[in-house]
Amino acid sequence: MAAIPKPEELANISFRPPGRKWMDTKPEFKEGTHCHAAAPKWLEWLDYPFPRSWSTYDEDWKLPKNWKEIFLVGFNDRLNKYRSLRLFMDICVRCGACADKCQFFLGTGDPKNMPVLRAELMRSLYRRYHTTAGKILGRLAGARELTEDVVKELYYYLYQCSECRRCSAFCPYGIDMADITILGRELLSSIGLGIEWAMASVGSCFKIGSHIGSPPHAFKDMLEFFADECEVVTGIRPRVPVNEKGHEILFIMPSGDYFADPGTFNCMGYLLLFEYLDLDYTISTFAAEGGNFGYFISHEMGKRLNAKFYAEAKRLGVKWILGGECGHMWRVINQYMDTWNGPADFLEEPVSPITGTKFENAKSTKMVHICEFTADLIKHGKLNLDPSRNAHIVLTFHDSCNPARAMGLLEEPRYIIKNVLPPGHFYEMPENTIREKNFCCGSGSGFNADEYLPIRLRGGFPRASAVRYVHEKYGVNHVGMICAIDRAVFPPLMDYWVPGVDITGIHELVGNALVFPGERERVVDLRKRPLKGKEKEAEKFLEEVM
Amino acid sequence: MSFNLAWYCSFFLVLVLIFVPIIGVTAGLEVVFGIIIPYLAILIFFVGMVYKVVIWARTPVPFRIPTTCGQQKSLPWLKRTLRDRLENPFTTWEVIGRMILEVFFFRSLFRNIKAQLRDEPSYPEKKRLVYWSSKWLWLGAIAFHYSFLVILIRHLWLFTEPVPSFVRLVEHIDSFFQLYVPAVYISGIVLIVALTYLLLRRIFDPKLRYISLFSDYLPLFWLLAIGISGILMRYFFKVDMTAVKELTLGLASLHPHIPKEHIGVIFYVHLFLVSSFFAYFPFTKLAHMAGIFMSMTRNLANNNRAVRHVNPWNYPVRVKTYLDQENDWREDMAKFGLPLEISVEEAKKLGKEKLEELADEEAARLYNKLSGNRHAPVFPETEFLRKQIKEE
Amino acid sequence: MYDGGKVIIGLIVLFIICTFPFFYNMGRAAKVPEPKLDTPAIKKLPEWERVCVQPTPWMRANHMRLLDHWRNWALREANREYIGFNGKRYTISLQNTCLNCHSNYDKFCNECHSYMGIKPYCWGCHLQKPKEWAKGELKEGR
Repeated sequence: MAAIPKPEELANISFRPPGRKWMDTKPEFKEGTHCHAAAPKWLEWLDYPFPRSWSTYDEDWKLPKNWKEIFLVGFNDRLNKYRSLRLFMDICVRCGACADKCQFFLGTGDPKNMPVLRAELMRSLYRRYHTTAGKILGRLAGARELTEDVVKELYYYLYQCSECRRCSAFCPYGIDMADITILGRELLSSIGLGIEWAMASVGSCFKIGSHIGSPPHAFKDMLEFFADECEVVTGIRPRVPVNEKGHEILFIMPSGDYFADPGTFNCMGYLLLFEYLDLDYTISTFAAEGGNFGYFISHEMGKRLNAKFYAEAKRLGVKWILGGECGHMWRVINQYMDTWNGPADFLEEPVSPITGTKFENAKSTKMVHICEFTADLIKHGKLNLDPSRNAHIVLTFHDSCNPARAMGLLEEPRYIIKNVLPPGHFYEMPENTIREKNFCCGSGSGFNADEYLPIRLRGGFPRASAVRYVHEKYGVNHVGMICAIDRAVFPPLMDYWVPGVDITGIHELVGNALVFPGERERVVDLRKRPLKGKEKEAEKFLEEVM
Repeated sequence: MSFNLAWYCSFFLVLVLIFVPIIGVTAGLEVVFGIIIPYLAILIFFVGMVYKVVIWARTPVPFRIPTTCGQQKSLPWLKRTLRDRLENPFTTWEVIGRMILEVFFFRSLFRNIKAQLRDEPSYPEKKRLVYWSSKWLWLGAIAFHYSFLVILIRHLWLFTEPVPSFVRLVEHIDSFFQLYVPAVYISGIVLIVALTYLLLRRIFDPKLRYISLFSDYLPLFWLLAIGISGILMRYFFKVDMTAVKELTLGLASLHPHIPKEHIGVIFYVHLFLVSSFFAYFPFTKLAHMAGIFMSMTRNLANNNRAVRHVNPWNYPVRVKTYLDQENDWREDMAKFGLPLEISVEEAKKLGKEKLEELADEEAARLYNKLSGNRHAPVFPETEFLRKQIKEE
Repeated sequence: MYDGGKVIIGLIVLFIICTFPFFYNMGRAAKVPEPKLDTPAIKKLPEWERVCVQPTPWMRANHMRLLDHWRNWALREANREYIGFNGKRYTISLQNTCLNCHSNYDKFCNECHSYMGIKPYCWGCHLQKPKEWAKGELKEGR
């Protein structure tokens, strides 16, 4: 792994572009600046084109002989299939409003991370091959030939866009860089260029069941372990219904929630909540992955992974689907799932079995976000909550890009937070860094790879800078979030920029606050940290259980 | 793109556009510059815009991908403010509201903020990112677009007889200050100031200079030339306006002719710049005029989960089915007490091939036709090219 | 999804905007103004003296500026003498000099002004005073 500079060095960023014109600069494939090449194994698992071992550090990327033709045919095909691509290639006026909105530009100062210039990388090809001016005037019209260097540049910069859509919110024409990035990545993967982290996750999810590649029985085993942990802390052991037919609800969560801390505590929160409600639900080992790294590679791959949801709902005979806390998972569900794999006419319009609330906003897709579900429970007074059990937490909430800008799930998690935390324990980050103007964690869209940490830390700098602000000002010690990638990548980000700030999912807080009838007196939270005012009891308790 | 080259080329091109009509009219080609080119220009403008829009329109919108900038409509008890409804529309009316804000008030540009990396000695990283509200670009853009619109409307007096009252009203408001003879139009000054600002920021903001192309400088120079030639004609190098209107009204009433009274050459310069600009318009970034209406991140409702969006080219993709998983892990699954579709013993009896067959059957049952099957091609659009390689 | 219907509506709107002047003027003959110079005062003059203070083409383009200067010279600088392009002296006065010859307001001044859609505020004080101008309701000048 590349050596990581000190925060002081990393934060020394210049936003001045270099003297050389952008068409004359080439990215350097140094360690820590890019994601590594995908191993052939994953491509074979997926029947993806041109599996081979290759390295980004080599001069020769072993592209197929007619890579250029494949790329251009694919480009043309997508121009005819996606109005978005055609429109976004045509109407950008380069006003520069998006320039300083991208966290990767703010964190690296690399001008090609300005969304406008990142899009120009593709637009220059569009001009060269699809406009008269570009064909005749060439460079003067901003057009350039497709060469291997251009492909490498696309690889470098399209994988420095986390598809967060922040630029799209600020663009006067709503040009969505995420869409251009996905289509560009599709073209790259059609000539055999993919990144290891994403391809491995996708391959595992496709073949085994989840990004982390845990086989069905291991998945079940992990869930049982969380149930045991719940029992230790609360005295209540939640049920873990897996692959059971004939239940009302299929629950799908991102694998991040059962893979590693602190996501696992969130998973315990889900299990406790469902147990509390005596919810008629099941979890699937086949649709064991809510997240969708396929969407980070191509629309097609996104669809291939997403297809499992409805198929599994059909097989298990449920009435509707409930989804866990995850970011891009919800962009996919909200904006793509029904179009790709619907209509889900074999399911029923979701109705909360506890409150009777009809989720009319999900009447076609038949999939409800757990924050919508839980907020509704709280509103109807169906949960007995003791916020004082979260008194050791001073929280700020990180809006995740996709639920914020591809869905608008802003108030539901906040409503939950306000009900599970004692008053005065929740502080918003500065206005220009939250809600629709939120900053990405810097690792979205398949960047969790270790080799990529330096860029991830840079991309996460704007977010971390805002966390530091509330950390210093209000003593915030936890960042809450509803995204599994966030929960996986925030810990290193915070350790680097704002040490002392911990990460939590929202349903972990719910799990902490939930008062079960007949539970044991709680002295620790789900992470076995002592509750406020119960430090002595906690010490004794921990001695007992350890 | 080379800043200098792009800048000089666009500047030089506009100079050429100024000299062409001077030479042409001096050579007695009034008919060409006064009649043929204007007619051609409006034709090219209209046909070009339609062509552009039709190309966009016949490309489908496969997915409904609005960028949401406010609270979604979800639970019945969750109140949404007017702002939420306009920034995250659920109904068609809310979409129309959002589009009105975008088109007439440049809502998204108004959101603009400026990021600044500030020294913060008390922080370990010694730096802090702060954000300032930054409305200058919005102001410049609004000023430019609206003054341009007012000027366009005002010019209708040349093409109508009698002059409609809304044109007179716009003239009246525009000359509100009653300065000078003839009265100074505010829109002309605003246009020049706004264009100058837009040009200067391209030149002096290093980020913008880095991204600016020939086609970014050109329309600015072009519009400046149009504006300045118009202002010069109105206030300084005066021409016989009755004759001008005779010419323009002739164009508009389809009785084109060159009036017998002489019209100063500056009029032909202005007219040629305008004509050529309109002919240039549809084929460049200026097509954003129509494009903004078609931007799918703005003109679609965020109601995907309630109303199904259909993708006309949706095609089946290669998927796995639950039985694939069970076939891979059956024994382990049994060991951990997971329910099975086919028991371990049964599976042994059936054999591998039969299990494959059953998986195909299951996939056909669980996935709808357009969703997927176990043997669909990957990247179908370039499959033939990949096959070629393999065969070779 | 194409939303073809909405696109067509948009294109029709564009078409209407682009062609508004054509439709507006349809069926209307564009009458070219012909200011009349047949007032008694002009008729009295011999053929070679039937010229204005400046050549006709210049006057057609610049008379409003000249009148503006005349007003300033006469009223603010008390200079009532103007030497024409042919060396002839004129008294600076709209009422007595200009309108002496061009006494046919409707056939001369208004011939072009109405064609151009102009209502100069000269007439707010001088000679012809249509009622609505006198009230000061309309006083823009182009």
